[in-house]
Amino acid sequence: METRVIGKSVPRKEGRKKVTGRARYVDDLSFPGMLHGVTVRSPAARGRIRAIRFEGEIPWHEFTVVTAKDIPGKNCIALLIEDQPCLAAEFVNHPEEAIVLLAHHDKYLLEEARRAVRIEIEPLPAIFSIEDSRARKEIIWGQDNIFKSFCVDKGDVDGAWASAAFVVEGRYETGAQEQLYIEPQGMIAQVSEAEGVTVWGSLQCPHYVHKALMVLFGLPRERIRVVQTETGGGFGGKEEYPSMIAAHAALLARKSGRPVKIIYDRAEDMVATTKRHPSRTRHVTALSRDGRLLAMDIDFTVDGGAYETLSPVVLSRGTIHAAGPYACPNVRIRSRAVATNAPPHGAFRGFGAPQSVFALERHLDRVAEAVGIAPDELRRRNFIREGQTLAVGQVVKEKVDMNGLMERAFALSGYHAKRKKFAAANSDPRGAIKKGIGFASFLHGAGFTGSGEEYLASEVAMEAMADGTVHILAGSTEMGQGTNTIFAQIAAEALRLDCEQIKIIQPDTAYVANSGPTVASRTAMIVGKLVETAGLGLLKSLTDGEFLQPGYTAADFSRACGEYVAKHGPLKTFVKYEHPRDLHWDDLKYSGDAYGAYAWAVYVAEVSVDIRTAEVRVNDFVAVQEVGKVINPVLAAGQIEGGVAQGIGFALYENVVWQEGRMVNAQMTNYVMPTSVDLPAIRVYFEEIPYGRGPAGAKGLGELPLDGTAPAIANAIAQATGVDVRQIPITAETLLEMLEGVHA
Amino acid sequence: MRAYLPAYEMETPRDLEAALGRMASEPGVWRPFAGGTDLMVLLEAGKLPHQKFLNIWNLAELRGMEVSSEHVTLGALTTYTEVQRNKTLLREFPLLCRAAAETGSVATQNRGTLGGNIANASPAADSPPALIVYDAEIEIVSAGGSRWVHYASFHTEYKKMNLHAGELIRRIRLLRTHAQWKQYFRKVGTRRAQAISKICFAGAARVEAGRIADVRIALGSVAPTVLHAVRVEELLRGQRPGSAVLQAAQDALNAEIAPIDDMRSTAPYRRNVARNLLAEFLEVLAG
Amino acid sequence: MPERARKIRVSCVVNGGAASFEAYPMARLLDVLREELKLTGTKEGCGEGECGACSIEMDGALVNSCLVPALQAQGTKIRTIEGLAIGGSLHAVQQAFLTHGGAQCGICTPGMILAAANLLARYPQPDDAQIREGLSGNLCRCTGYMKIFESVVAAVRRAETRA
Ligand SMILES: Cc1cc2nc3c(=O)[nH]c(=O)nc-3n(C[C@@H](O)[C@@H](O)[C@H](O)COP(=O)(O)OP(=O)(O)OC[C@H]3O[C@@H](n4cnc5c(N)ncnc54)[C@H](O)[C@@H]3O)c2cc1C
Ligand code: FES
Ligand code: FES
Repeated sequence: METRVIGKSVPRKEGRKKVTGRARYVDDLSFPGMLHGVTVRSPAARGRIRAIRFEGEIPWHEFTVVTAKDIPGKNCIALLIEDQPCLAAEFVNHPEEAIVLLAHHDKYLLEEARRAVRIEIEPLPAIFSIEDSRARKEIIWGQDNIFKSFCVDKGDVDGAWASAAFVVEGRYETGAQEQLYIEPQGMIAQVSEAEGVTVWGSLQCPHYVHKALMVLFGLPRERIRVVQTETGGGFGGKEEYPSMIAAHAALLARKSGRPVKIIYDRAEDMVATTKRHPSRTRHVTALSRDGRLLAMDIDFTVDGGAYETLSPVVLSRGTIHAAGPYACPNVRIRSRAVATNAPPHGAFRGFGAPQSVFALERHLDRVAEAVGIAPDELRRRNFIREGQTLAVGQVVKEKVDMNGLMERAFALSGYHAKRKKFAAANSDPRGAIKKGIGFASFLHGAGFTGSGEEYLASEVAMEAMADGTVHILAGSTEMGQGTNTIFAQIAAEALRLDCEQIKIIQPDTAYVANSGPTVASRTAMIVGKLVETAGLGLLKSLTDGEFLQPGYTAADFSRACGEYVAKHGPLKTFVKYEHPRDLHWDDLKYSGDAYGAYAWAVYVAEVSVDIRTAEVRVNDFVAVQEVGKVINPVLAAGQIEGGVAQGIGFALYENVVWQEGRMVNAQMTNYVMPTSVDLPAIRVYFEEIPYGRGPAGAKGLGELPLDGTAPAIANAIAQATGVDVRQIPITAETLLEMLEGVHA
Repeated sequence: MRAYLPAYEMETPRDLEAALGRMASEPGVWRPFAGGTDLMVLLEAGKLPHQKFLNIWNLAELRGMEVSSEHVTLGALTTYTEVQRNKTLLREFPLLCRAAAETGSVATQNRGTLGGNIANASPAADSPPALIVYDAEIEIVSAGGSRWVHYASFHTEYKKMNLHAGELIRRIRLLRTHAQWKQYFRKVGTRRAQAISKICFAGAARVEAGRIADVRIALGSVAPTVLHAVRVEELLRGQRPGSAVLQAAQDALNAEIAPIDDMRSTAPYRRNVARNLLAEFLEVLAG
Repeated sequence: MPERARKIRVSCVVNGGAASFEAYPMARLLDVLREELKLTGTKEGCGEGECGACSIEMDGALVNSCLVPALQAQGTKIRTIEGLAIGGSLHAVQQAFLTHGGAQCGICTPGMILAAANLLARYPQPDDAQIREGLSGNLCRCTGYMKIFESVVAAVRRAETRA
């Protein structure tokens, strides 16, 4: 199909503002009379609040002080449920839980005051590990410390063991990971009798914040307004936590009667906000003599921290992805999200899948070894094909060619030749540098899981102005991933215009439609489709009314809009998501069509390990994926490259050091992400099989790269060193210890 | 910014004499402020105890490099960038240049100074091992006069050093006797750039007729102060670098260091890597 | 309350024009630029010299403005992202970042672009290693740096074809 702008690397919509420093992020805004706000947090992991004292030589009368008592509505951050308080009133359940809020116009005095608030806590026993939580050493949440659990059953796992030629078992762990968007979190709030509550801030999901504020203030929908400012990265980290900061800023604003700005510094952002859920996975896998999967028994646990937040959803995606792109007749998955006394873990690109995919892809390399075939041969014999059924019972109806992706990735990376060459070179005991090459094959579902999209029922509005400018009104946010640009491309394509004629309206709950949260690789595919439909709707209004004839120019379009508006008033379309009738999902059995579409991928990593220091270096990285039609090649490649970089961090560098539920290395100096000299060339390739239900055939791709990067690296390290890697991050410290085991 | 900013004062003295006079008039109250790459980090975190600073950044007496036939003398304000641009240093003192190149990144190298790195007295600092290997001397000045000390004995215990209230480090002097030595430097950090050392090894030796005639070894991040590995040096002098002496040298090193667990690494890791780097150093000497 | 230091007056040249402001002597130049001079293009990502979002040029050298006290700005020449484009026309590095996807969320971009421009002033024809080294103090969480390297290379090429 001939396209005008789809498939072209048009420059980023807001790019010019960004390269000139004119893009305005929340901390760049300032309102007259504005105060600054800070949060006083719990020094203890769990306990009863005995007293709050305001000490020191601080002019306390000048301060606005807010505690739980000042909350007009419900003291909670409403999300899936309402278990997390906005401000701890009687008990604290994790270190750094918010207890008191302060506002003052002098930032420096405010810090002095924050230090002078003494919070006395009578400690209660706390738990800090998945093991202790599951053993119920203390019950810290609900009846059993379990936020949510899932059972997936396909076939008869127990009946399969007897006929198995091989049974391979393994346990795997992944650590917490900080999102580390470079713009720390922040919000500004203003509250007035006349206008209700308004917040501006760095956020992914305006309507999540909106809902939380309605409950907190006990106000109707139209009295709350949430505006997204330019957002300096999110990666999931600005999905749920911004509701908390917005709530805090709004409470201070309400009490002081002034606008209040809260900006976290890096240390506070790291210590208090969410991280990727740590996980534990156990696999027991049965295979036939010729290496065909007979049964997969998977047990998957994530640490949710002290409150439920989004853990059930993270668990869900992790669970569904746990069995990967393989056809196995018998699968059993048991999974749960458990409570510990750490700050709640939360959304982070990949959303549970990077955890369970790490376990699976590392496990399959070990399985191949046990069976005595090459890791690629094992995959080849078991890859899912069109018409076969995934673990959750979804029949794959799209065209899928995992083997083709794998062969392409191998050809591009020189996999087979290198694997041989490295094996030979590594056997020389004198060499201090060992090399390895490894891969992972995986899938990632786009959009909300199961009936999620049906419940969300997203909406998009589009309006053509009299001058022919077309406005897109959606709550989907731009945070670097390219929403503005691809929406403009999709609309421009539908309307046969140039992108310049399309304007993206800043997400503001007072004006835009609720297109659902900007998460789950859903924006391009699900919301983008709504944009396309809205565009076609506009066009239809113009052509039906004979304002416009086929073969029109941009000028014709503008003139037609002017005429239409003059005659009929505003030209606006409003589109609502309709769930495809042939997609069925059973929430109780946890089976059915989990996602409308999947992205498919094979990633290959090449590493070298210096066995004197156990330093690992990734020397080359090839990422091959099938993501449907690529709307903007530069943006799409940028998404994959950035995701792979985060995956490399997840695998090798990013280690949260915990002490009693608190992150103690909460500085960029001590929690390190890859710099420009730490990364290899990341080589990205797309296969495009247009997806019928995506806009112009596109599927989602944002989260995909997080899934396969870490296991590809772990498998490469295993080849290089012979170390049986079971856990990430693979720090030099743990690797050196294991190397001594291998070479002793 | 967590500090209470109005509590902090800073003045710019006219020249070195004025700076020293100010420091002498209120002993211990006024502290030097050079490139600020350590001090501003503490300030940001609300952890800077001292509150009165003298801006020494513009003091010409503390800047510049001089090369004589015997010495290279560097002003205390010499930045990492300046170190890497100096031809004599690049030729004769590669360990210092390597340390400078691996300290922070461009922006830090433009502002961070050798004098500050020394006076900050971190056991994880990267230029001190090189300075010890080159047997640097440092000139310490006060209103009362000037003294030269051997850098190897400057740091006494964790964050303690032979520098008194009212004193400034003025210059660093390196003997130009190492040009022909075999030299080895390796910093193992949390990543490849902009990383704090988990361990840093600097070594140099004069190898004559296959034997180690003289040797200097120093390590960072393995003890409360930067460590001058004198016992390993003693053991190696007169020996052939090779497997025969390796085990004994590694044992000596193991006895000399006292690494700890912290959030960046572990004591066992530091011990093991220290041994392995020593082995690598001996390979360089043998090669 | 501890005693208060007096604010000082600092004069310097910012983006080619004379500037003067009052600040506590140890106020971060970053805050002064953003709050007193309203140059909010310079960003804060860490406040401890690690991320480079606050990178600016001071007397031609790249520095992290979060680590420079206001007092030391006295008499210096400062360039921020706002001083890079001349008139309406973008600096070659800005243009390249726009065309080649060097900016995603944009928060690291002003610092990254200054670091890149500073690098090209020192090494007009940088090789891959020099580009990587030169930008290693500027963290980007979005791009994985690939498109940033491409942007720098493109800016070099543009400068070449012009020359
Ligand atoms: C991002 C970043 C990365 C870094 N990476 C590294 C690294 O890899 N390796 C490493 O070793 N260091 C590293 N550092 C720290 C390094 O930059 C400092 O130790 C620097 O060398 C200190 O010099 P300065 O001029 O900035 O000192 P300042 O911060 O100005 O002062 C530091 C201390 O020295 C005192 N002082 C300064 N000059 C003198 C003098 N002439 N006489 C007496 N006392 C004096 C001051 O009073 C103060 O106590 C890093 C810093 C940052 C911000
Ligand atoms: S804010 Fe200055 S380096 Fe991060
Ligand atoms: S573009 Fe987002 S941090 Fe670099």
